[in-house]
Amino acid sequence: MRTQQANPARTAWLIVGGLLAAMLLFAGCGSSSSDSSSGNELKKVGKGEGSLDLISWAGYVEPEWTKPFEQKTGCKVSDKIAGTSDEMVSLMRTGEYDGVSASGNATARLFEGGDVDPVNVSLVPNYKTVFSDLKGQPYNTFDGKPYGIPHGRGANLLMWNSDSVKPAPKSWNVTMDPKVAAKYKGKISQYDDPMSIAEAAVYLKAHSPDLGIEDPYELNEEQFEAAVQLLKEQRSLVGEYWSEAEKQISSYASGDIQVGTTWQYQYFLLKGEGKPVAASPASQGFLPEEGATGWSDTWMISSEAAHPNCMYMWMNWIIEPKANAEVAEYFGEAPAQEKACEVTKNPNFCSEYHAEEPAFWKRVYYWKTPLADCGNGSEDCKDYNDWVQAWTSIKG
Amino acid sequence: MSRRLANLFHGRPRLQAGALLAGPVGWLVVGYLGSLALLLVASLWSVNAVSGELVKNLSFENFETLFDEPVYRTIVVRTVVIAALVTLTDAIVAFPIAFYMAKVASSRGKAILVVAVLIPLWSSYLVKVLSWRNMLGGGGLIDWVLEPLGLSGPGYGNTAVWLVMSYLWLPYMILPIFAGLERIPNSLISASEDLGASPFTTFRRVILPLTFPAVVAGSIFTFALTLGDYITPKLVSNNQFIGNVVFNNISNNLPFAAALALVPIVVMIGYLLVARKLGAFEHI
Repeated sequence: MRTQQANPARTAWLIVGGLLAAMLLFAGCGSSSSDSSSGNELKKVGKGEGSLDLISWAGYVEPEWTKPFEQKTGCKVSDKIAGTSDEMVSLMRTGEYDGVSASGNATARLFEGGDVDPVNVSLVPNYKTVFSDLKGQPYNTFDGKPYGIPHGRGANLLMWNSDSVKPAPKSWNVTMDPKVAAKYKGKISQYDDPMSIAEAAVYLKAHSPDLGIEDPYELNEEQFEAAVQLLKEQRSLVGEYWSEAEKQISSYASGDIQVGTTWQYQYFLLKGEGKPVAASPASQGFLPEEGATGWSDTWMISSEAAHPNCMYMWMNWIIEPKANAEVAEYFGEAPAQEKACEVTKNPNFCSEYHAEEPAFWKRVYYWKTPLADCGNGSEDCKDYNDWVQAWTSIKG
Repeated sequence: MSRRLANLFHGRPRLQAGALLAGPVGWLVVGYLGSLALLLVASLWSVNAVSGELVKNLSFENFETLFDEPVYRTIVVRTVVIAALVTLTDAIVAFPIAFYMAKVASSRGKAILVVAVLIPLWSSYLVKVLSWRNMLGGGGLIDWVLEPLGLSGPGYGNTAVWLVMSYLWLPYMILPIFAGLERIPNSLISASEDLGASPFTTFRRVILPLTFPAVVAGSIFTFALTLGDYITPKLVSNNQFIGNVVFNNISNNLPFAAALALVPIVVMIGYLLVARKLGAFEHI
């Protein structure tokens, strides 16, 4: 038996009406967004809570230095690896994690969103001997208070396949100059994140001085358009936009990708597997001639941390000389802890990575959040939403 | 107590039906229509770029961006076209398989074929897509097979997305068509032959009209599933589909993601209305 057919127009109107009514209901309620009460720093580190939930970059939380931490503190570490800063921010906003190894393009957003708490550095004894040029920086200090513990720093790499890319590139032009890059059409790998716009800006800063780019994260309309245009031209040459380290490793290993931006983590992993990859020498900070974008990472504590004591112990542990040396050597970055330089396995590690030379880091442009207000009084710089929109239209 | 309850319901069919349906209908209204309404409202808000806090002032700004920026039109068109192509491909591939299963195979063969069609659904979606990623990659299986012919595989891109999606959603097309064909009595086919119709005419005039609603029903699955997927495009192409842009905006611009998420909903409503006209829901 067939049931009587409902009048379709009537059903449709009922649904639309219901939706509208529900919509008005929600709009009317307009939940009063409570301003997150950040600003409560811990007064005293008590007994560990038995576990610790972290968000980190690949290679930052590894058994080598995590196991001893667990044994010492009883805090069982579970780690979630994020591929981009956006991912870190959205994970932190779930409130499910105790802390994050945030780069400079996430820290300000986490602070403004009330997702992180200031750190009482007197409870982190190892903080005293952190390199002073990493303390009190705009990306880890807000309202005059430290909002995290420096972890380490480095530059994003230009990596290439040493069998097929010859001679060894000295400049980003192999990925950024359409004429040079055309040689590697379909074999170029670009980081799938709006921060790539800053990479283009670093290139333009060196090669188009008339644009007057000072800081690759503070771009006015004209400078921004030029960087976006460069990346749009690069689009047809890119073989793969990557954001997961593992995906990129497989592409280099199979030979599908031969040149592009990467991190030390992938570079050393591929080298360890005996794959033919190369980058600018570590002694030059991996830097091509233009300099590079980079990061100075900060361990931040969530304002909703369920295990604050364990998180404080972790923040102290990760800048303990031995642990900080281990993570720095494992990842291939400059440590944040002065004393780490005395205990690295490679005795020359710190000098090779320029850990102790503040002047060297002038050519590494640490990731930061682009803001409309870039310090000249008028709000004429492109903000992060513009960057995200532009990145979408670059990829097309 | 239970007797009183029984008395209450006795002879009141509307109350009976109401009590029975309150749960599912409530779930539908709150969980489904409610979240749709939230999506609609959220799409009218905006967001503070730095703190990520929602600014709850109603405006159509997100929709303006959506219409004004050519890139979003490209992405919507790309997604819809690939979804349509996947649907068409699946219909063409699924029909002969379903026909063999329903009309030709022995009952034992039929059981084996049904299991064979279902088996891919038991393995993880990611495993399947990643296997395709390997096969499509430079020097992968597809290149290796085509090499002796002097050809090379499509590599990563729209073609790869089309191939992988067609593979992934094929069972969802085969099963409804199989069910539709099973319903056609064999006597109708014999009658058509007895009246002198060629096999092609029988197919065109008898089988196809009777199974068309089943094809449309299957196409709803393949079309909707392609429209919403964002993992396959990410793994086997560089191109952005609606789902990718929604995903990219979720963390820092939820309202815009909501506005964009309404696009597939509108497309799907249009599709369902057309499917309804074509009679896809008549046998449900």
